[in-house]
Amino acid sequence: MTLQRWVGVFLLFSLLAFSWGVPLIWPLDPARQDLMVLLTPPDFDWSVGVTALGTDHLGRSLLARLAAAVRLSLGLALIGVVTAAVPGVVLGVLAGWCGGWIDRGLSLLADAVFALPGLLLVLLVLAIAPGSFIALYVGIALLLWLEFFRVVRAQTRRLRQAPAVQASRLLGFGPVLLFRRHLWPELAPVVLTLAAFGAAATVMATAALGFVSVGLRPPVAELGLMMTELLPYYDEAPWALLQPVAVMALLGLSLTLLAGKDPR
Amino acid sequence: MGPLIGSPLVRLLLARVGQGVLVALMVGLLTFILVRALPGDMAYRIAAGRYGFDWVSTTAADAVRHDLGLDQPAPLALLAWIWDLLRFDLGQSLVTGRTVAEELSHQFGQSVLLAAWAAGLSLLIGPPLGVLAGLRPGRLVDRGLLLVAVLMRSVPPFAIGAVLILVLAVQARLLPAAGYGTPAHAVLPALTLALCLAAVSARVSRDAVMTVSGSAYYGFGRTKGLGGSLLFWRHGLRNAAVPVLTYFGVQFVALVEGMVVIETLFAWPGIGHALVHAIVARDVPMIQGAALTMGLFVVAMNTVIDVVCHLLDPRGEPS
Repeated sequence: MTLQRWVGVFLLFSLLAFSWGVPLIWPLDPARQDLMVLLTPPDFDWSVGVTALGTDHLGRSLLARLAAAVRLSLGLALIGVVTAAVPGVVLGVLAGWCGGWIDRGLSLLADAVFALPGLLLVLLVLAIAPGSFIALYVGIALLLWLEFFRVVRAQTRRLRQAPAVQASRLLGFGPVLLFRRHLWPELAPVVLTLAAFGAAATVMATAALGFVSVGLRPPVAELGLMMTELLPYYDEAPWALLQPVAVMALLGLSLTLLAGKDPR
Repeated sequence: MGPLIGSPLVRLLLARVGQGVLVALMVGLLTFILVRALPGDMAYRIAAGRYGFDWVSTTAADAVRHDLGLDQPAPLALLAWIWDLLRFDLGQSLVTGRTVAEELSHQFGQSVLLAAWAAGLSLLIGPPLGVLAGLRPGRLVDRGLLLVAVLMRSVPPFAIGAVLILVLAVQARLLPAAGYGTPAHAVLPALTLALCLAAVSARVSRDAVMTVSGSAYYGFGRTKGLGGSLLFWRHGLRNAAVPVLTYFGVQFVALVEGMVVIETLFAWPGIGHALVHAIVARDVPMIQGAALTMGLFVVAMNTVIDVVCHLLDPRGEPS
């Protein structure tokens, strides 16, 4: 593990601790409005916590909303990446190992989905059921499995020719052992890097869609949605707008660092 | 014709045509599902859009139903739908009643303008910085660039746009925050997109320059006594340009994705803005037209880049 990755892990754990710790310490409702305290600046009064990071234009506690938004983003990223990685890796190994018409069919499918810019694909899926969490999740998973499939397929094709794998096959070992002993150890670091990138992409796509108001709908606490809601108040309450931006940056930074590759 | 068909350029172009067809098929399929999934009777909705709400009757709806093949079973209707798409018959907007092509032509022009500004600006910012960093790896410029690139990559474009609005429009009052009309209005959206693109293209340029300056022919150029700048202009630039340009093609995807969000943020009347509006209004023909245009735009720009890369390095498959 490089220093860069450790910093990423540290940042991610801090965000996890923040998002799941806040509701334990301050049982605040992120949707509770209080029209007497609109857009109060942060007072860092941690005993009650409602106004510790200030309130938004409806008097909702920004502390509670930020924590809820991070929980939502990271939760969606986790289930999106897992449900994309499993079929992506399985189909990738299948296509790379078997070749032939299985490979051609799966590659054509991947090319068809890959032809559209990713965000457009998610937008079109989301257009079928606007504001639905399920549609957002399906769109994102549909986009993410591709990257796993393409990379794993290419790696498997390369590994299949490796002398160690050839020798194992000649000795008559079954596919399960071949996968466990020879393929997975080589694939795992790549899959983990892709998972971190995929999680970052999910977090950003969710926020981008929320921001242009085709993603999740108010009153859900979501980073992009919070930015749209707070943008009209940029003059009176720039600190309120900067909070979701800063949290978004930390979230993206932690996942990019965790991925451990040059940003591309 | 024989040798022409096997040439790498023709193969590349054929692959791009195939990609364009796939884009059309995907957009057609997804919007077809969208129509079938809409609540209510689609024929009545379209009839209302065509003839006005006062003139909707069962006969009008039936005429529309027959016209659009809504009464056919799904597989047949899907074929008809895709066939219309492949003939570029995009239909009419359900909201304004004008043809989709008419609506999109203006918006597409605005988007291309913005994209050209953004791409041009990013080329002015990114590669020169990358070259500076690549010629002296590990020094201050290189490290600073890596830090900025990682930071920019971690934040979505609209957040960068929001910060630019806060700093340049609200605090410094230099530029208009949003809108359209004067050249000043284009600066912030173009700069936002350009910064996101430049963060990546600078890193790609830096790696390309490092690869070239570490190569044998570059070393030989130095051995035969060429000076630093002459060596770079004669042997470095063109070789380093190929990967940078290839990656620029990949970035067009990011540019189009960014356009959807940035145009909405800055209220720029482009095609991404139109797509978002169409989705909110559930205007299916407009959704289809906008998505198709944006998808084909990416394919077209990648084709241009393929050709340029081939001209720069005619030896075979561009990297």
